[in-house]
Amino acid sequence: MKHRLRTTFQNTNFVVGFSILVLLLLLTFVTPLFMQGSPLDMVGTLFNKPGNYVNRMGVIDAPKYPMSIEVASIRLGAAVSNDEAKQMLEWLEKSELDVEWKGLDPEKDRAAIVELFLANYDDSIRLPGTSAYRKGFTRLYNKVQNLLSADGYVVHVADPDSESGYREVGKIESRDFTNVKDVPARRFFLLGTDNFGRDVFHELISAIGNSLMVGLIAGSIATTIGLLIGLTSGYVGGWLDNFLTFVTNMFTVIPSFVILILLSYSISSSSRSIVVVAFVIGLTAWPWTARSVRSQTLTLKNRDHVNISRLSGFGTVRIIVTDILPYVLSYVVMAYILQISSAILAEAQLSMLGLGPSTTTHATLGLMLSWSMQFQAPLSGAWWAFIPVVLSIALISFSMNLMNTGLDQVFNPTLR
Amino acid sequence: MAETDRVKVKRRELTETFLEGKNMSKVYGMGRRANRAVDNVNFKFRRGEIVSIVGESGSGKTTLAKMILGLTSITEGQLELYGQPRAFGTTAEKREYWKNIQAIFQDPFSTYNVFSKIDKVLLNCIELRGQKDLPYAQKVEIMTEACSFVNLRFAELTNKYPFELSGGQMQRLMIARIYILKPKLLIADEPTSMVDACSRATILDMLLKLRDEEDMTIVFITHDIGLAYYVSDTIYIMKSGQFVEQGTSDEVILHPKSDYTKRLLSDVPSIYEPWDLTSDDLLSEEDEFPTAAGGAP
Amino acid sequence: MAEYILEVKDLKTRYVTRFRENVYAVDGVSFKLKEGETLGIAGESGCGKSTLAMSLMGYYFPPLHYTSGSIIIDGRDITGEDPEVLRRTVLGTEIAYIPQAAMNALNPTRKIIKYINDVLVAHNIRLSRTELREMAEERMRLVNLPVEVLDRYPVELSGGMKQRTVIAISSLLSPKILIADEPSSALDVSSQKLVIKMLLDLIDKGLVKSMIFITHELPLLYNVTKKIAVMYAGQFVEMGPAHESVFEPLHPYAKGLMGSIIVPSEGIRDEHLVAVPGTPPNLKSPPQHCRFAARCKFRQPLCDSVVVPERFSSDGRLFRCLLPEAVLRELKYEDQIKSKQEDAEVELDVNIIPFAEDNGDGDSGKESGG
Repeated sequence: MKHRLRTTFQNTNFVVGFSILVLLLLLTFVTPLFMQGSPLDMVGTLFNKPGNYVNRMGVIDAPKYPMSIEVASIRLGAAVSNDEAKQMLEWLEKSELDVEWKGLDPEKDRAAIVELFLANYDDSIRLPGTSAYRKGFTRLYNKVQNLLSADGYVVHVADPDSESGYREVGKIESRDFTNVKDVPARRFFLLGTDNFGRDVFHELISAIGNSLMVGLIAGSIATTIGLLIGLTSGYVGGWLDNFLTFVTNMFTVIPSFVILILLSYSISSSSRSIVVVAFVIGLTAWPWTARSVRSQTLTLKNRDHVNISRLSGFGTVRIIVTDILPYVLSYVVMAYILQISSAILAEAQLSMLGLGPSTTTHATLGLMLSWSMQFQAPLSGAWWAFIPVVLSIALISFSMNLMNTGLDQVFNPTLR
Repeated sequence: MAETDRVKVKRRELTETFLEGKNMSKVYGMGRRANRAVDNVNFKFRRGEIVSIVGESGSGKTTLAKMILGLTSITEGQLELYGQPRAFGTTAEKREYWKNIQAIFQDPFSTYNVFSKIDKVLLNCIELRGQKDLPYAQKVEIMTEACSFVNLRFAELTNKYPFELSGGQMQRLMIARIYILKPKLLIADEPTSMVDACSRATILDMLLKLRDEEDMTIVFITHDIGLAYYVSDTIYIMKSGQFVEQGTSDEVILHPKSDYTKRLLSDVPSIYEPWDLTSDDLLSEEDEFPTAAGGAP
Repeated sequence: MAEYILEVKDLKTRYVTRFRENVYAVDGVSFKLKEGETLGIAGESGCGKSTLAMSLMGYYFPPLHYTSGSIIIDGRDITGEDPEVLRRTVLGTEIAYIPQAAMNALNPTRKIIKYINDVLVAHNIRLSRTELREMAEERMRLVNLPVEVLDRYPVELSGGMKQRTVIAISSLLSPKILIADEPSSALDVSSQKLVIKMLLDLIDKGLVKSMIFITHELPLLYNVTKKIAVMYAGQFVEMGPAHESVFEPLHPYAKGLMGSIIVPSEGIRDEHLVAVPGTPPNLKSPPQHCRFAARCKFRQPLCDSVVVPERFSSDGRLFRCLLPEAVLRELKYEDQIKSKQEDAEVELDVNIIPFAEDNGDGDSGKESGG
């Protein structure tokens, strides 16, 4: 046994798969310690991009440090897109003014282009083309008009006592800087937010944990049922075997996913918690294990060591536990791993159909996918709402299958 | 071969009938597809007798052994122990029956649970003898004695697994197990067919010793008529589920009456007479094509 | 045509295990076979009999590896030849091998005639459908197998019939040497007899020039082959004519082995059989001195310290023992050698040892290939 364990942990496939799984588990246990709030708190708004979010008022309140950094061009660069820069060049070209616009690159010299455009734009110059075309330039001019001013902003609050109704509270110079760390209210969204404005990263971590739990519960149920049915029908034989084989065959013949859908559908959505869904998946996944355990038991039953135990007067349960179970155990462990990974996939499939756990307190990988599809994350370009989820599912399945392959190489004598 | 200084094998008188089979049959399947694996067989085993059942594969000899062992049901006929039909209904009765009857099987590599250590194998036997509560030192004494009976050293075997031994040693350990259990009847189903010639001689002599020292009845099942002749007092020749010839070893081997026995004897190579390979019956049974279902097992 | 159809010189092969350990399964075997001669190899399991059979083909695949020595078939040294060339020009045509459970090698879903076609195609012989059938039928008649077998599936044949079919397929190209490794051990006695008859027929009809037969059933070996070699721990410890080897064995191991023969003949019932206690040495690190010493009844102090070379008796039989030939001839396995005080009684042939070292390729060269 020790030797087997050692060779198992010497197998590269197994070790890689196992490490991935352990890392994922560690992640689910350790990260919540550093996160505030519940994973399903709706903190943001629809599909906020990944990034560090700081409170704007906090920025104003925070100590300011004037710095001699050329800000205008950076602001310009951020505010004016490539296309807009090209549009400006186009106006400069078509207006046929005596301006040196040639050689300016919309990519690099954006600030220079904007400056030139602002200096020369004249509404009265009529360019050929439709009026909509011309109006486009006017809009552009209005947009960038303020960008180059180095005057800064004046911040007012409403004040009915004052003449103007406003009172100045601060002034923001164009070269004022604030240390982000000085802003007390900020939030880092590693993977942005989802449709409900939840932190996707936080949600994902807890969803991985929940999905693994679904897999573990479903896999354990399926393996236990399969093992029990397989061992009894294989060893006891007779009418019991006929009956159990009949039931197993029935479950094998009816596509399990259909049973799964019907079962999930028939359970009212309010009572479909994660555990219930895990049970439902577990209750449909066992026939596969049962069949192979039964066939292995059948061959083991005729081995002489079982006969010797029978001659020794040992009871059925003792023979099954000591003389048959150890022989099928290595296979069952492999099947268990596959059951876990397929249960995780099954949960994702069910949730995509809207038949997964209906819960507002816990997330699973399948639910996350389902939500992101319902709110058309792919169309909104909100990749962060579903790509990490898909990758997580793939990673879990991959690690499980890798472990399974590794175990197969260790235990299957034909591959040795 | 006839050196005078060799140890003589002890042979002796046998009287008491111990186990008797009356019209025993085993039928697999039903109706037209019924297959009579054992067909109306009668036998009498006496205390301290070594009986050989000789037959080719598919002759039903292993099925008969399993019927006697109670590992498979008897379709027709009955088995009598000391003149009484054997009680084999309840679990308690079965347990009682199995106290008196044990077996050694053909393949030593499948007779052991690869997950239990040798100690466990022997300790189970002591437990079966009803000596579960014996102090461990005494148990070790019993195990050591049993191992020395089969020329093994218990001290070298503790904490080892059976598969670490050679095939011959494993079969000997099986005999040690029998030595602890001391059943009245031992069924040895081809115990030597998977071991070397050297180990074979050792195992056969141990069986003889078991009989001599423990007064055990031994049913030796084999396809090798030479082994049967060497080891047994009585030989039953079995063919397609029936006994075609029975009698003392000398009668059956030296003066065979049935053609089948004669053929079996002529098929076995000897070193004293030249082997007649030219006989015409060579192409008789073998060349009938068996159907896919009835092929040689 | 060379004088010897098969000449094996100091062949050494080894297994490499998963843990990179060497198992020296064949360790210095030499013999010669003339046309029409048959050699039987006997020994316990784990003595390297089957490995020797596989090694003789010259076609090695892991975990079996070639170390040294040469195999000369009809004047052609096949060691060191390209495996692909070997497969096309030697296997099947020069030397054929029937493994232990050959009958299980047949794919149950293919007809027998397809296997015959396979053998021909593998050797670049292309025949039309009718030519193939004609050729196959002729061959079947020649080896006394019913022609109907050709159109049967393997599952439709009994074990003995399957085994004979495999032998017919293996000997299809009339190999010079046929190696049969326990071809009948899984069969009933009647099927065994037919298999043996067929093998002997092949030689009589000249379809096979020479045969090497491996089994642990000594009575069978005695009846099949004219020469018997007893193998122990990767080496031949005795080789000679069948009758002498069985009735007057020289080597102590051979004496023990022959004492365990059981045949249904008068007299065998009356004496206990001989059994050699113990097990063969582990071939991962075989002893450098006499390999049988640990189990030998006649062991002398010197047996544990010197290398035993192959020696030849006055009538040309090979034996690997330090005891003088005359002593060995007189010794019965049941005898006791006189105690050590009377050492003079048994004088070992120590003078042979320098000779062994002159050879230079004795046991000491074993590590070179590792």
